Amino acid sequence: MIKIVKRDQPSKAIFFFTPILAIFLTLIAGGIIFYILGFKPFEALKFFFIVPIADKYGFSELLLKATPLCLIAIGLSFCFKSNNWNIGAEGQLTFGAIVSGGVALLFYDQEGFYILPIVILAGAIGGMIYASIPAILKTYFNTNEILVSLMLVYVSKLILDYLVVGPWSNPEGFNFPETRQFSDSARLPLLFEGLRIHAGIFLALAAVVISWFVFYKTYLGFQMKVSGFSLKTAKYAGYKGKKMIILVFLISGACAGLAGVGEITGPIGQLHREVSPDYGFTAIIVAFLGRLHPVGIIFASLVVAITYLGAETAQIFMQIPKYTGQVFQGMILFFLLASDYLLFFKFKFIGTKK
Amino acid sequence: MIVDINFVGLIIASIMASAVPLILASCGELITERSGVLNLGVEGMMIIGAISGFALMTVTGSLIIAVFGAMLAGVLISTIFAFLTQTLITNHVATGLALTIFGIGISAMIGKNFVGIPGKEFPVLFEGLKDTIPLLSPILFGHSIVFYFAFALPFITSYFLKKTKIGLIVRAVGDSPESASNQGVNVRLVRYACILYGGAMSGLAGAYLSMIYTPQWIENMTGGRGWIALALVVFSTWNPIKILIGAMIFGGLTIIQFHMQAIGVRIPVQFLTALPYIVTIIVLVVISRDSRKIRLSTPSSLGKSFYKDN
Repeated sequence: MIKIVKRDQPSKAIFFFTPILAIFLTLIAGGIIFYILGFKPFEALKFFFIVPIADKYGFSELLLKATPLCLIAIGLSFCFKSNNWNIGAEGQLTFGAIVSGGVALLFYDQEGFYILPIVILAGAIGGMIYASIPAILKTYFNTNEILVSLMLVYVSKLILDYLVVGPWSNPEGFNFPETRQFSDSARLPLLFEGLRIHAGIFLALAAVVISWFVFYKTYLGFQMKVSGFSLKTAKYAGYKGKKMIILVFLISGACAGLAGVGEITGPIGQLHREVSPDYGFTAIIVAFLGRLHPVGIIFASLVVAITYLGAETAQIFMQIPKYTGQVFQGMILFFLLASDYLLFFKFKFIGTKK
Repeated sequence: MIVDINFVGLIIASIMASAVPLILASCGELITERSGVLNLGVEGMMIIGAISGFALMTVTGSLIIAVFGAMLAGVLISTIFAFLTQTLITNHVATGLALTIFGIGISAMIGKNFVGIPGKEFPVLFEGLKDTIPLLSPILFGHSIVFYFAFALPFITSYFLKKTKIGLIVRAVGDSPESASNQGVNVRLVRYACILYGGAMSGLAGAYLSMIYTPQWIENMTGGRGWIALALVVFSTWNPIKILIGAMIFGGLTIIQFHMQAIGVRIPVQFLTALPYIVTIIVLVVISRDSRKIRLSTPSSLGKSFYKDN
């Protein structure tokens, strides 16, 4: 007989094993879905997960997509660790892109080494401003941060739409919904000839290192951990709860804003209607899949980035809608949450002794 | 200026029509939340309902099968959420988000073959009475059955929660699962039922959108209505009657936006479109500022997992 028993302590080994289990289960479920749709499961999975990254160009595209995911997820892990549900990173990304794009447009006909740092800084500040709205409303007006941060996503996309169609649209652009091209000095340099991967990846890596340091080596990291476990304990210990809420929101806003900078100053070099294919939402999954751990998030961002590429390849070669990527992303999170059951419970085999 | 009184009636009726999906989804979510479960997957369940209703209508040709099929689809997808949060004790917020992401993806996948197909006419009731009473006729008559159901639902929901024994049990489970459990109530079963009911209502809300309100399938056609429905539940302080008021305000904002454009008000269209979202935030701030009031009306165990060792 098998009995389910609660573990005395969550198992550490399983903590890092379940994400792998979740990916595995997602592949199986994905194969089944492909089969139902009338495709050969193995071939479809190959097109989805292997073909896109089989060459140099594909690998560069993978890193290109993983960069914003990693950056945003690192920021979100500050929020999630401390029990703050910022789910509006997509809005913070968009607003960061708007502010940095606006600054880049000011310098559109100038060159100079000082331009890029200003543009990057502007993006981070833009993201922070936007993230501060749910943070301040949560701390001082007791307002639900989930709903506020989400509503602001819609608002930011409409602001962007207004700007690129209206006041910021390229005067020589034949009314296309896009701005002027930024000057070369406002662009993140490309790393390799012929590939689209750009210097934004260093921003993501820097975020990984800094977050690791903050989480595990500073008092702030400790405070966040305690508040994540129990807000009561945190209060009892005398932590400044309000300050911390605002701080973690600002950090995650800055990261999302930087991701926005990467999107517009990288390969594209201008503002247009769709700066992000929902990176801000997908990064939530990345954060969880990476176990809110900086190194875990690197791996998770690579795995989830494949679903973007795979969806594109599958659309081209098999006429599978590109939304399949989202289906996979949803499933990964489902399976991950489900396999967390193993963290807290174990199956105990009870002998048939009589 | 002479205002045609029937025109006023028509505007009110159109506000009510745009409030219908919000009322349905909010009332469903309200029951779910009253049992202590926070399901952020409303948007996902709604879009699944929308595509299921539209697809079933196109394939079977039967409106009844389509409407009930959409509700069933909502139930099925919410079963995933129920199983995860209740049986596997997962985090409500994360699971709900996964449900929304998954729902949007699956709906687009199914909907691929239904883009651009025209919808069917949905029968309306009391059409003969449309010109009888000035002002009131367009408001009262000539709507679909789902419309009438939606406006009755807040009252039914209120009666259910206040006056029936099952309603009392739902509230008890939401406010104190421990004591309810000690009284012999199967907390998990009640919560399962409330989640599935919420799924059915979101499914119906989606079907209303794709079959009656704008009879066609467009990817992502719920456009954040599921999230506004969630906000409405907070707005209502978990009181179904107030959902009615909130939904009318948001319906009004949507409709005003069209009319302002029509009469040529020189405000960028994007700002008008953003209005419902901005107003939602403002309303949430005003409602939530009084933290004592919110604490008193929020189901005490909302969003917290309940695990009973047996």
